[in-house]
Amino acid sequence: MATCRDVFPVLALMLGFQLIVLRQPIPHWQRIVVGFVFVLIGLTLFLVGLEKALFPLGKIMAKQLSAPEFVFGSETAPQRPDWWAYGWIYVFGALVGFATTIAEPALIAVAYKANQVSRGTISQWGLRLAVAFGVAIGIALGTFRIVTGTPLFLYIVGGYIIVVIQTIFAPKEIIPLAYDSGGVTTSTVTVPLVAALGLGLSTTIPGRNPALDGFGLIAFASLFPMITVMGYVQFVGWWARIRLKSRRER
Amino acid sequence: MPQKIKVRYLILTLLRKLFRNLKEAGRDLLPIILVIAVFQLAVIRQPFPQLLEVLTGALLVIVGLMLFVQGLEMALFPIGEALALAFARKGSLAWLLIFGFALGFSTTVAEPALIAIAKAAAQVAAQGNIIASDEQTRISYALGLRLTVAVSVGLAISIGIIRILRGWPLHYLIIGGYVIVMAMTMIAPKEIVGIAYDSGGVTTSTITVPLVTALGVGLASSIRGRNPLVDGFGLIAFASVLPMIFVMGFGMVVFGVKTFW
Repeated sequence: MATCRDVFPVLALMLGFQLIVLRQPIPHWQRIVVGFVFVLIGLTLFLVGLEKALFPLGKIMAKQLSAPEFVFGSETAPQRPDWWAYGWIYVFGALVGFATTIAEPALIAVAYKANQVSRGTISQWGLRLAVAFGVAIGIALGTFRIVTGTPLFLYIVGGYIIVVIQTIFAPKEIIPLAYDSGGVTTSTVTVPLVAALGLGLSTTIPGRNPALDGFGLIAFASLFPMITVMGYVQFVGWWARIRLKSRRER
Repeated sequence: MPQKIKVRYLILTLLRKLFRNLKEAGRDLLPIILVIAVFQLAVIRQPFPQLLEVLTGALLVIVGLMLFVQGLEMALFPIGEALALAFARKGSLAWLLIFGFALGFSTTVAEPALIAIAKAAAQVAAQGNIIASDEQTRISYALGLRLTVAVSVGLAISIGIIRILRGWPLHYLIIGGYVIVMAMTMIAPKEIVGIAYDSGGVTTSTITVPLVTALGVGLASSIRGRNPLVDGFGLIAFASVLPMIFVMGFGMVVFGVKTFW
């Protein structure tokens, strides 16, 4: 199975290092072997299921939602479409971004670790929801950008300026986790669907060049979670301070 | 506990955990299933293509996720942490960095999503007459992209490990990285920019992320005076920024630098 072939380098690397370089026996190796088998089987089933069900559907739907018949009710789209004609695409993009992020195993792993390391201060669902909202906003904005054709780097620069401003005011503990969240969420489930959405959109909208506009949607999905995670923590801290103040004043 | 009863106890505990994971996996996958179902039936208002295949696929995904999360707790995290601890005890920085680079490189080079994107990028570039359309050129272009990304991820892990050990604050490095990205965006050929931005997001696969995170957190925990939450994370962020820089560099080498005037 392809999954085994993909996992093999990592496995060989870790075994090699553990036994040859570090020269230490692996603790509880039976449990680890069983766990690894679970990971392999689980990931294989997961990927097969995605390929069979979600990806084909997602790609078809991306095409259907951006097809001129659906959007404008006629075979050909006008030369310069209004951006609100594509409203359903933005909604679909946002919802798909949100849903794929919730399903993303890599994010589940990171949220679990963050919860463990922060001894419960960071709730798994809180983090995952914050990231999911970020991805939703990112995809919606990204599809909007493809429809209107504005250059990619304007959005990215603007986004990173917001990130920098937030970083100055955010509690230091959350910064690395927030910065990681963006990269983590663009993984097995999100990337194919989002890429299909971007490519499908840019091929059906007149005047867009797929080579230039089809890519870039993933960058949006990586950028905005940083903003929402930091925003979430900042908001929670601000809210707690307000409640503390009003309690003192009473 | 006598051996037979102990085995039975372990299996029961495992089954209980698996059942809990099954419920959680179902809950995690519910949104995406709902979104697709609602849109297909209510908005697009067309019959569901191949309903049986879709349902089997959905079932496989849920079961697969359940097994994966269980295996995560049993194997991936403990191994990452054990490696981190062993490296910290051995105290050899060189081996740790070699391991980090090898980990980043090997997982990225085999990454199916990256292979797919590189192939799609070569296809699109050939169609746009940016590169020659013969098979050989496309293959070497795609391979070049893959290797560039793999090297950048390997370096990213190594640099990230150095950061954990030295305790440098993450945001200066990442923001600095993005400043470089923006500067390069100005002078890199337009054709490579979109792919560069996407390659950063693609590299973090379902298996790499837990391993790398466990490694980082484990390293940070075994060094006195480091807060694991602050210093343990951040490796993934590096692995997202560096590919952007390297792929744009690749584009500049292959296509030449874009001039304003």
